[in-house]
Amino acid sequence: MTKSVFLGTVAAATVFAGMGLAQEGSTLAQVKERDELNCGVNTGLVGFAAPDASGNWTGFDVAYCRALAAAVLGDPNKVRFVPTTGQTRFTALSSGEVDVLARNSTWTFSRDTDLALDFVGVNYYDGQGFMVRKDLGVTSAKELDGATICIQTGTTTELNLADYFRANNMAYTPVNIDSNAEGEQQYMAGACDAYTTDASGLAATRAAFADPENHIILPEIISKEPLGPAVRHGDNNWGDIARWTLNALIAAEEYGVTSRNIEELVRSSNNPEVQRLLGVSDELGAMIGLDAEWARRAILANGNYGEIFAANIGEQTPIGLARGLNAQWTQGGLLYAQPFR
Amino acid sequence: MMTDVSVPANPPFRLSMLIHDRRYRSLTFQVIVFILVMALFWWLINNTLQNLALLGKSFDFGFLFQRAGYDIPQTPIPYTADDTHLRAAVVGLLNTLIVAVLGCISATILGVIVGVARLSKNWLFARLMTVFVEIFRNMPLLLWILIVFAIFTEILPPPNAYRGEDPAWSMILFDNVALTNRYTSIPTLGMTNDPGSLDLGARITFNWATIAFVVALLGGWFARRAIRSRAQAVQDRTGDRPATWWKTLAVMVLPSLFLIWYFGLHLVPPSLQGFNFSGGLNVANGLVALWLALTLYTAAFIAEIVRAGILAVSRGQSEAAFALGLRPNRTMSLVILPQALRVIIPPLISQYLNLTKNSSLAIAVGYMDLRGTLGGTTLNQTGRELEAIVLMMLTYLALSLIISAGMNVFNASVKLKER
Repeated sequence: MTKSVFLGTVAAATVFAGMGLAQEGSTLAQVKERDELNCGVNTGLVGFAAPDASGNWTGFDVAYCRALAAAVLGDPNKVRFVPTTGQTRFTALSSGEVDVLARNSTWTFSRDTDLALDFVGVNYYDGQGFMVRKDLGVTSAKELDGATICIQTGTTTELNLADYFRANNMAYTPVNIDSNAEGEQQYMAGACDAYTTDASGLAATRAAFADPENHIILPEIISKEPLGPAVRHGDNNWGDIARWTLNALIAAEEYGVTSRNIEELVRSSNNPEVQRLLGVSDELGAMIGLDAEWARRAILANGNYGEIFAANIGEQTPIGLARGLNAQWTQGGLLYAQPFR
Repeated sequence: MMTDVSVPANPPFRLSMLIHDRRYRSLTFQVIVFILVMALFWWLINNTLQNLALLGKSFDFGFLFQRAGYDIPQTPIPYTADDTHLRAAVVGLLNTLIVAVLGCISATILGVIVGVARLSKNWLFARLMTVFVEIFRNMPLLLWILIVFAIFTEILPPPNAYRGEDPAWSMILFDNVALTNRYTSIPTLGMTNDPGSLDLGARITFNWATIAFVVALLGGWFARRAIRSRAQAVQDRTGDRPATWWKTLAVMVLPSLFLIWYFGLHLVPPSLQGFNFSGGLNVANGLVALWLALTLYTAAFIAEIVRAGILAVSRGQSEAAFALGLRPNRTMSLVILPQALRVIIPPLISQYLNLTKNSSLAIAVGYMDLRGTLGGTTLNQTGRELEAIVLMMLTYLALSLIISAGMNVFNASVKLKER
């Protein structure tokens, strides 16, 4: 009797265990069934991902999420934005809470391999910098010996900072903070002499200050921070979709496809590369499990890469970032979308 | 305990008896529940392992021996970014212990004062203490930590304010202490006759002077006990208690005074150099805020425990003490508190455990405790969530059990001796 009860329990447990695993499957199928894309974004970094006054998420990373949702689900608004901190982002991705992570995350060796993430490309080439008050009288990061520095814990910047100060034989006191908002508050109160994070993040943070003219970003860029969207290891098809949606946005800028002229180009373009990109010829969409017009929808959602950049973080916005490394390769930048063929 | 099926008077065993026969029923249910619990554990572990395998992750503590690569603001033992994650975790654990020990001591002192004061006959005083208890007890600890921290950050000046010919702020306590919105800079102890340090290996050292002081204080305490018990013996024999106060004072204080003179101990005040104060000890505001908030919050609970303990001693006890001519202070310390302690200690243990575990909220104010190092930066940089969390849980469990065991020993010494 006891034995059969035991066996029954084991059998039941096996069924439950099986159910736990049955949830695994194609991310694309899950997203389609849910009819919503779960996108991990920053908890609030103006220009990259932040809710506006009416609660709608806007920003550079948000635009990528919308483009991906448009490509996969046909509607750029079918996105649920999941705010993640530097600490929670990778866990959120690997546990399946989000389908894609577009949160100023640096593509590094160990994250790509040991953390079992797949970075699908780079949407912003960045580097770590320092912001200080003008009245501190500091003009170079080399003068920061002995300074107290606010830093977001759980980021690559924490390691770069330690390396940089060691390499230059300088001392510093870290103030470990959890989110950008907290760092801003500590920095504004003067609880740290300098605030360090990616230069783009510094520009975005400064833009939100009441007195941005009283703060300077030091010229030293102490690291390479290629930021890009990431997906989980193991679902290559979903990785392809995420990668080529990003590429479509970049390629669209290269070929002069914008959200305004796209309809016209669909009808009249003679450029075979544009025709393939827009699904006029060659069914590229079918190769990644989508329809022919996926890229068209992705570009229509917020425009091409250049339009997204200009609208959210470009020189016309309060954040005022120049294209710099993030210009097209034809313009002397690093953006280089692989051919649509 | 064993079911005696062999007794001939009993009817033969049938399966239905497992449910319907009282002798077997409880056993049946226990077996079933045991199997279910085991199955649940097995399922949880199995599911975890399978999901880890699906994610391509292993369960492996090797990361503890890799280079940590990040810095920690407060390091009780020497630590640099070149050290391992294991050492970073130990530094975090020590930081947890520091705030827990400080918090337990100050919360106990404040809690006892407030608890006794709440029973005061002075109406206003007693009501004020009630307000204190209700305010701190009924708001979440995290809010208190953040409020205290925000007050420090917003009200106190940056170190810059101490600079210049006519600074906006000046150091207090004879130019020894500087309050800033980053830290409180206090003097360190300097020695003109440094005896060197005892090296325990792994770059952990203790200065011989520290050891000498600990020995002197412990010796003084034991000497005081010996003097007291001798005085008690004399009193029992002759009825006269010899004066002991100057003897105890001498054995407690003189050795320390001698050591201070011998080592040439003096204060080294901090001074503003570059961006920050140096030379002194910079106690981060995160630590102070956490300590203060933990103290106030836990003291409110301890006050109630103390009040309950005192009220549990029957009124007849104090009346009897008064009748014997004991003054109120003596009544409290000789009659009421010793009896109240029996009631107070067990719930006090829980409060100490709560305080220790609550200290993991440190991350909110950037104080790098175990949660901040092992469960924060290390976890993030290595991506070993499961390992780090399991290790952290085990550490907190061990810590709590040790505190609990220690307090239980103390409890055994004060509880009612039944002869």
